[in-house]
Amino acid sequence: MNIPGYEYLPHPADVRFTAYGATLEEVFEQAAHAMFHVIIDTAVLNPEHSVDIKLESEGIDNLLYDYLSELLYLFEVEEIVFGQFRVDSIEKTDGSYILHGQASGEITDPERHSFETEVKAVTYHQLEITKEKDGYSAHVIVDT
Amino acid sequence: MTQQQAKELVRKVKENIFEIPTDFQGGMRVPGRIFVSDKLMNDLEVNTLRQTANVAMLPGIQKYSMAMPDAHFGYGFPIGGVAAFDAHEGIISPGGVGFDINCGVRIIRTDMEASEVRPHISKLMDELFKAVPSGVGSKSRLRVSGSELDDAFNYGARWAVESGYGVEADIEHCEDGGFMDAADPLKVGDKARKRGKPQFGTLGSGNHFLEVQEVDKIYDPEIAKAYGIREGTITIMIHCGSRGAGHQICTDYLRIMEQASRKYGIDLPDKQLACAPADSREGQDYFKAMAAGANYAWANRQVITHWVRETFERVFGRDADELGMDLVYDVAHNVAKLEEHEIDGEKKSVYVHRKGATRAFPVGHSDIPQAYRSVGQPVLIPGSMGTPSYILHGGEQAMELTFGSACHGAGRVMGRGEAKRKFRGEVLEKQLADKGITVKATHLSMLAEEAPEVYKSSSEVVNVVHELNIARKVVRVKPIGVAKG
Repeated sequence: MNIPGYEYLPHPADVRFTAYGATLEEVFEQAAHAMFHVIIDTAVLNPEHSVDIKLESEGIDNLLYDYLSELLYLFEVEEIVFGQFRVDSIEKTDGSYILHGQASGEITDPERHSFETEVKAVTYHQLEITKEKDGYSAHVIVDT
Repeated sequence: MTQQQAKELVRKVKENIFEIPTDFQGGMRVPGRIFVSDKLMNDLEVNTLRQTANVAMLPGIQKYSMAMPDAHFGYGFPIGGVAAFDAHEGIISPGGVGFDINCGVRIIRTDMEASEVRPHISKLMDELFKAVPSGVGSKSRLRVSGSELDDAFNYGARWAVESGYGVEADIEHCEDGGFMDAADPLKVGDKARKRGKPQFGTLGSGNHFLEVQEVDKIYDPEIAKAYGIREGTITIMIHCGSRGAGHQICTDYLRIMEQASRKYGIDLPDKQLACAPADSREGQDYFKAMAAGANYAWANRQVITHWVRETFERVFGRDADELGMDLVYDVAHNVAKLEEHEIDGEKKSVYVHRKGATRAFPVGHSDIPQAYRSVGQPVLIPGSMGTPSYILHGGEQAMELTFGSACHGAGRVMGRGEAKRKFRGEVLEKQLADKGITVKATHLSMLAEEAPEVYKSSSEVVNVVHELNIARKVVRVKPIGVAKG
């Protein structure tokens, strides 16, 4: 089984990473974690506030793009910096994928939070989810 | 194909111009052109060549898929990419503009001598840092209403000036008069509005900055005079974009374009190049939303300019007029424009995409403000942190070689992660201080990401456009104070 996790790969300007998981749900959670760990040291964040996330997208790649983009949007607009991610289910229906999950973190406070790098957006460039022998991997580049 | 083989296919046309032939990659409609010196070519990643070749595959592309001297590996288009597409047969692509729509630069001149400002630089930078919110999660001092946000999307810097943030002359000295009239706020989604509202009047983070500079060298005294710039005086440079509003507009439309590409049967070498025919509903909707994002950025830089002037007035006890704080020019370096260009001896309407490239129109072009028409458009090239920036003027060869475009900066050569491992913010702060540069940042750790060594040399990059007569050097400025988010 793929051990859940992620690793950053070299890129001259932006941030590139691969996330791993035994299931699609796990790989999505890890990708979210990898992205937020660029913004802040996620280890220091407590799950004080949560938001529910429900998305429907055509194609699994689009679902990942939409999921990560939604988290960036919620970070800015709901002003919650997320450190924990739960994806309860990713279901395939007629031609689309439906995700149910939750993200938790703390209310953004520049006095309290030591932000690192701003993530502007998720790119489609080389965005890829691969089925492997023991699970899945997802390759993502985010614009910083 | 190995990296070496890929590079061997690239042919040197003449000094500073290299060509990627159409047999480099299947499906290329036109060759690629890379405007670099031998040294920059040697250091160029093969991925940048591949991305330039990918753009050459898009429908309706004219002449060449181009990469400016500061080009580097991006997403979709390379950063430093320029491409023009036929206004009817061609396409429009959000990936050819980027997420930070109308990320750009402006420079303000003053009559103040550097020697007057240096003794107060620490206090000045503190005050500027307070006046202009920056950094991840920062919020504006402004509370704009929904209708004010619409006005900013519609009228850009013009709206800001009419609302009291600046003077009429500021608008004349912006590319496009500070707003694109193609903008339609109704094409901007609710999410982009929600992100844009609280961030209006913020600098952002990353490579964005606000710099107090000293005019260090004059290359062309006559044109420098036309731009109002004198050696030894102070200039102020502002580098920022459309914040979350622009990021979300691009995110939303990439998704729409991804579907549109399939609908219109456009074969994409990379999903990030998702696009739609220029005259399709999807293509035009994006163009109108992108123009609104561009206007937001112009309004944003205008509001920040106003706060910079207020800060100088407070610190030096004289009003901005008396200090001679006039806007020299404001350029966009991430944008798509409908322009007329001469192609194969005929005038043609094209959508010129500049992603990390600056418009550089030559003497006599009707889109240049009257005051500069006889000398050419000011082309602003910011340096990396602690290194010089340049003002050039649009050169005679720009229209012929690059659809009137030049480089936009130094160009990154090292990732942020690697930079953070290699450099320490505290050490950099000290090194800059030794060079007489005062730095204010939200966190010292982020300075490491922007260390001068992570960029190509700005002088190397600028020399290429200078030698090719795309844009000629007028003035060099060096920083004495930097504020970073």
